[in-house]
Amino acid sequence: MAILVQFAIGLIFGIGLIVSGMSNPAKVLNFLDVGGIPAGTWDASLAFVMAGAVAVTFIGFSRVLKLARPFFADRFYLPTRRDIDPRIVAGPAIFGIGWGLAGFCPGPALTALGFGSVSAVIFVAAMCAGMVLARFIAHLPSSTRFVTPADPLET
Amino acid sequence: MIVTPFTPMASLLGGALIGLAAVLLMWATGRIAGVSGIAARLFPPYEDREFAGRLAFVAGLVAAPVLVRLVTGDLPAQTIAAGPAVLIVGGLLTGFGSVWGSGCTSGHGVCGLSRLSVRSLVATMTFMAAGMATVFVMRHWS
Repeated sequence: MAILVQFAIGLIFGIGLIVSGMSNPAKVLNFLDVGGIPAGTWDASLAFVMAGAVAVTFIGFSRVLKLARPFFADRFYLPTRRDIDPRIVAGPAIFGIGWGLAGFCPGPALTALGFGSVSAVIFVAAMCAGMVLARFIAHLPSSTRFVTPADPLET
Repeated sequence: MIVTPFTPMASLLGGALIGLAAVLLMWATGRIAGVSGIAARLFPPYEDREFAGRLAFVAGLVAAPVLVRLVTGDLPAQTIAAGPAVLIVGGLLTGFGSVWGSGCTSGHGVCGLSRLSVRSLVATMTFMAAGMATVFVMRHWS
């Protein structure tokens, strides 16, 4: 049952990406293209995606997190770190360059697979390789000596 | 480049659906709807027993366009201008950077900002700026 619910939630997320226009890299790149403002080619739509998503999530999280526990789990697993370390800037800087090159961030790239695009398959394969590499490096003994926790996957 | 139309209402509605999914995932599993974290944890090392749920979530993401096409008979435009080399470099950087920085557009940009996380604010401003700078260099520095 929990598995089916998570499939349905992924489906809603993916439909949101399609309806919002995020699944179209051309639209994403035109949003990131602030140099296109003078020419009138800047597409501000993605600001509205963020606004809609954050508004609903902000209100929804405040209500859900008042519950004693999630429906299918024993507790909430919320990120606890508050420190601004080098990785929280370096990681997004690297990710942002990749995002600006192809116009895909991870969610829309996965949804693009369902469009049947070969380009999406190439991008997702490379993206998965990058993810595995990042976790591998983060788990090396030399990096755990300086950074705790070792796994950067905490959001 | 292709000029894309400004779609504030559709984007707001789609964004609200993304937010709804994030809230539902928190309600159901107690976890952040961060696509990079969910996708990266489909590969080893495995630290918990949530593999099947994560795979189901990703399967839902991939199935969404199939469902949209079944119901509406059509899919909105998707234009991927990048060639194979740019896709590979872009994919590697996107995968590496999103894991290295503990999240992507969904984990930091949607869930993190909604939790008023300063780390997520720093991350979101950084990937926005890096994305804008990259597009600027690619399109206007020739």
